[in-house]
Amino acid sequence: MTFALETHGVHKSFGAVTAAADINVQVPERAVWSLIGTNGAGKTTFVNLVTGYLDPDEGQILFKGRDITALGPREVTRAGICRSFQIPQLCGELTALENMLVSLAISSPTPPSFFRRGRAADAEDRAMEILERFKIAEYAPRLMAELPAGVRKLLDIAMAMTGNPQVMLLDEPTSGVAAEEKYPIMDLVMEALAAENVTTLFVEHDMDVVTRYSERVLAFYDGRIIANDAPDEVLSDPQVQRYVTGTIPGREGPN
Amino acid sequence: MKILANTPLAAGLALAGLIALAFVLPDWALFLLTIALAKGLVSLGIITQMRAGLVSFGQGLFFGLGAYVAGLMAHFTGVTDIFLLTVLAVLVTGIVGVVFGPLLSNYRGIFFAMLSLSLSMILYGTLSKMTSLGGTDGLNVAAPTFVGYEPEARALSLSLYLYTVVIVVIAGTAMRIFFDSQQGMISLAIRSNELRVEYLGASVRRAHTQNYIISAILGGMGGVITALAIGHVDPESSIFWTISGEFVFVAILAGYLSIPSVFAASIILELVRSFSNLYFPNTWQLALGIFLLIVILTLPNGLGSLVDRRRA
Repeated sequence: MTFALETHGVHKSFGAVTAAADINVQVPERAVWSLIGTNGAGKTTFVNLVTGYLDPDEGQILFKGRDITALGPREVTRAGICRSFQIPQLCGELTALENMLVSLAISSPTPPSFFRRGRAADAEDRAMEILERFKIAEYAPRLMAELPAGVRKLLDIAMAMTGNPQVMLLDEPTSGVAAEEKYPIMDLVMEALAAENVTTLFVEHDMDVVTRYSERVLAFYDGRIIANDAPDEVLSDPQVQRYVTGTIPGREGPN
Repeated sequence: MKILANTPLAAGLALAGLIALAFVLPDWALFLLTIALAKGLVSLGIITQMRAGLVSFGQGLFFGLGAYVAGLMAHFTGVTDIFLLTVLAVLVTGIVGVVFGPLLSNYRGIFFAMLSLSLSMILYGTLSKMTSLGGTDGLNVAAPTFVGYEPEARALSLSLYLYTVVIVVIAGTAMRIFFDSQQGMISLAIRSNELRVEYLGASVRRAHTQNYIISAILGGMGGVITALAIGHVDPESSIFWTISGEFVFVAILAGYLSIPSVFAASIILELVRSFSNLYFPNTWQLALGIFLLIVILTLPNGLGSLVDRRRA
């Protein structure tokens, strides 16, 4: 069986800090997994390693059996692994619609043209379609600085989706978003990803979101994966309770 | 300003208007306009890179190469045909752009600016020392011919002006189409967020290289026309860093929103220079500086934001 994503003995350190130590995962196709861990546990490093922003010191990363260890972000994106960002990476001097148009121009099968208008009517229609799908069409003519945090998150994810990814890594899709917006945002995103059969890994701090949306959880601590199982199993694991969720029984409360 | 949103119509109007000017303006004004439009081409090249977030302080390299193509060809081969010289300047600057573009596309901000500056100063130093190519005195450039047509006096300045107008309108229209294209939009995205553009699957380096080569060619065209208009070329007035600074000045004054504003800014610079030279010869840069300061404070996106309100 080939997996959508595999890592074998991946190791990465920054000086004395080990950000990834012997990371071995095998993510089947269409799986929806979550990544949990405290700040600095190595979750974002994992995302950065897979998407080619960082090169591992050791180990191998495979996408559907193909070695993508040495590829950069551009090649990894072209191969079919896209990502969103904890802090949305948008083009601030462009409107929401133009951000979408740029994404579509880059990810279309034909290379971006020197002559074809960027704002061609059919391209604008497609961009508006995607914005509507993510329920942010009303923000199309706005610049990034004017957008609410939740809209920026959705736009960031919508832009990543234009590459027709087969694997999507979402880096904290609900961080910085108002509590009551978390579920609506996750519902929208997860529906869109499921509709395209995209294998999804998401980094998350909210355990309710983790149990609600993921089939399996990877718990990171100190660059290592300390648990890799179904959400209930992982969240009741004493090590995870001690190092990740901080809910170890008997330690709670002022005493 | 709906008219300006329609590229072919705006180009047609610009062409007609500039040609009409030729029959009402006195010789000195025609000469000034020729120089201003030709130098505006160089600043248009800077705008091309500015849209993707890079500012070159060394466009004198390409302006000078274009100018020296005219000077050297006239001096050594006797070729004075303006069409041939323009094509040669485009080839030479295009090739130099292809060589240095990939190298400079690795650098951003002040490092890109200083590296481009240093390349131009290498050419400046080399040509200043090479007495066989005129040294610091430079070379005289013979009057241009137009496929056998050899105009003189008023006819010459008129022909040269009309040639410049046609080149400027063609280049301006082509650049508008490029700026509005998918590639042109990607440049604007790069200006805002290079990381995102790479993560969408486009090569930022490639876009910077393309823009660099285009701006090199525009610089060469500006250089060849200017040299033919002035009739002389030397390192001081065509490659030295102060001339590169003037191109940047015009680019900042104009902003990257509107192409006609680049040429308007270039004309303003030449006008201020001419008149200030008359009335306060030693402090004309002061007048220019104050003018730029006022523009930056009131129109941070340059003169172009007067016609493109969206980003004003």
